[in-house]
Amino acid sequence: MTMSRPDDDEFIPLPGLTPAQKRERIARLVLPGLILGFAVLAWEIGVTVNEVPHYILPAPSLIAETLIKDWGTLYGSLLVTLQITFSALIVATLGGAGLAILFTQSKWVEISFFPFAVILQVTPVIAIAPLILIYVDTVQVALLICAWIVAFFPILSNTTLGLNSADHNLRNLFELYGATRWQTLLHLRLPAAMPYFLGGLKIAGGLSLIGAIVAEFAAGSAGSGSGLAYRILESGYRLNIPRMFAALFMISITGILIFMSFSLLNHVLLRRWHESAIKREN
Amino acid sequence: MSDTGLNPDMVSSGGASAAPPLSRIQGVDKVFSNGTVALKNLNLDIGRHEFLSLLGPSGCGKSTALRLLAGLGEPSRGEIRWEGGAPATGSATDKGHRDIGFVFQEPTLMPWATVFGNVYLPLKLSGVSKAESVIPVGEALEMVGLTGFEKAYPRELSGGMKMRVSIARALVTRPKLLLMDEPFAALDEITRFKLNNDLLELWRQQNWTVVFVTHSVFESVYLSNRIVVMAARPGRVYEELEVDAPYPRGEDFRTSADYASHCRRASDALHGAINA
Ligand SMILES: Nc1ncnc2c1ncn2[C@@H]1O[C@H](COP(=O)(O)OP(=O)(O)OP(=O)(O)O)[C@@H](O)[C@H]1O
Ligand SMILES: [Mg+2]
Repeated sequence: MTMSRPDDDEFIPLPGLTPAQKRERIARLVLPGLILGFAVLAWEIGVTVNEVPHYILPAPSLIAETLIKDWGTLYGSLLVTLQITFSALIVATLGGAGLAILFTQSKWVEISFFPFAVILQVTPVIAIAPLILIYVDTVQVALLICAWIVAFFPILSNTTLGLNSADHNLRNLFELYGATRWQTLLHLRLPAAMPYFLGGLKIAGGLSLIGAIVAEFAAGSAGSGSGLAYRILESGYRLNIPRMFAALFMISITGILIFMSFSLLNHVLLRRWHESAIKREN
Repeated sequence: MSDTGLNPDMVSSGGASAAPPLSRIQGVDKVFSNGTVALKNLNLDIGRHEFLSLLGPSGCGKSTALRLLAGLGEPSRGEIRWEGGAPATGSATDKGHRDIGFVFQEPTLMPWATVFGNVYLPLKLSGVSKAESVIPVGEALEMVGLTGFEKAYPRELSGGMKMRVSIARALVTRPKLLLMDEPFAALDEITRFKLNNDLLELWRQQNWTVVFVTHSVFESVYLSNRIVVMAARPGRVYEELEVDAPYPRGEDFRTSADYASHCRRASDALHGAINA
């Protein structure tokens, strides 16, 4: 069976694959696709046969129909949510990586500030979102802050770990050749941190979407709200369950796409050298 | 016992004389924070232009001594004195020429950089441009027989090839003092012999001082003016042997009775050190 060998390799085709490897790669796409297809089919048939009312569980076909019919509204909402997600992710990436670099430059900075980063992380965002919404005038900014809080920590902690995990002998070598702090950072610590940073980015990508959605929920109808979460709330009030599912579907797809793009980035950047991204032949 | 005492043969070949030693390790202890006493009262002089081998059983502190000599870490007691000031290392403020080349026991390459990038590193850190480095890097790679592998990544190389990249990196700055920690242990015999000869040739040409750590009695006798046999627990100098055979040494020397008798002496000393 082609799926029998588990490995963590990505889905990027490499040149010069053996037939067995090709089969495995195809199976990797086809098998989950088939399972998903069967599940959707079973759902459709189940709903139709049992005559489940659409305000309880809409059939996939109805959801698809709604998706097309309401595309204008939903697409607008998607853009709003995406805007918050990506602004939060960018700020979290710059802030997280920047702070991590600061931490590794000075132990005192790390000792002083790390606990606060942990406090930010362990406080559930849904619990502080209402406060933030009160204190911050613009809803957009409040949402951004919420999403940022969630996405920031994995980048900070992963990058800190990565910056500190540069090989000790290599550090000695840099010392021996009189490397400045800046050179050591640029040529040793940052490249060594890259795989960890990218791992953090993968997590943060998903989390910033979650953060954005959670914050939109907290803002609820108070916000000028037009993001996907707001559409879900609104559809709930109107018992427009198919649209609720359509919005949910869009959120999932967005999450998957974000994850896949970061996996791809990870693969492209680490392909030549890092154990996680290389398929070793032996 | 720490007298370098080089004979006229070596003066003509290596260039050392009765001049004061390049470096003097005096009463050095090294105790690690976990309580391991790696070195205890180590006394050793390193003569200018000398080829010195440290020979000893595993764990006797050879690597530790070499690192201290390079200025990596501080002795717990005692001191390391340099004649005419310490060679430029990380602690020196001048951005000029780096005088120490160090080959670690492991290849210690940057996995994200190509062979070229790894060998270029010491030059890059001292501000030499990439364009200016192409020739010295090429020469260093040629010395270790890796011409044509500039674009390869470390993980695409065999263990011995990685080690040779590491040697090329140490050679690329043309250091005055070369510290090598079992550099050839991972290589096949033919390559090792070749690199032995190349190293000796370079040492003679460039007037280097080499401190060479090895497990191999044969290698130490073939290469060195002087062999320092160390004993373990705690690490210390057990015995010093002069190898007074003249340079250049070639295959003739490897098969000579003189070589065999030096090897026997060194081997006896090593056995003594192991049982000490
Ligand atoms: N960083 C360290 N922390 C604690 N103990 C150490 C450290 N480095 C070395 N040691 C200990 O110091 C002793 C000497 O180690 P060293 O690496 O110098 O030995 P060596 O002679 O180079 O051995 P080998 O031939 O196996 O390389 C060993 O007992 C080792 O356990
Ligand atoms: Mg060692």
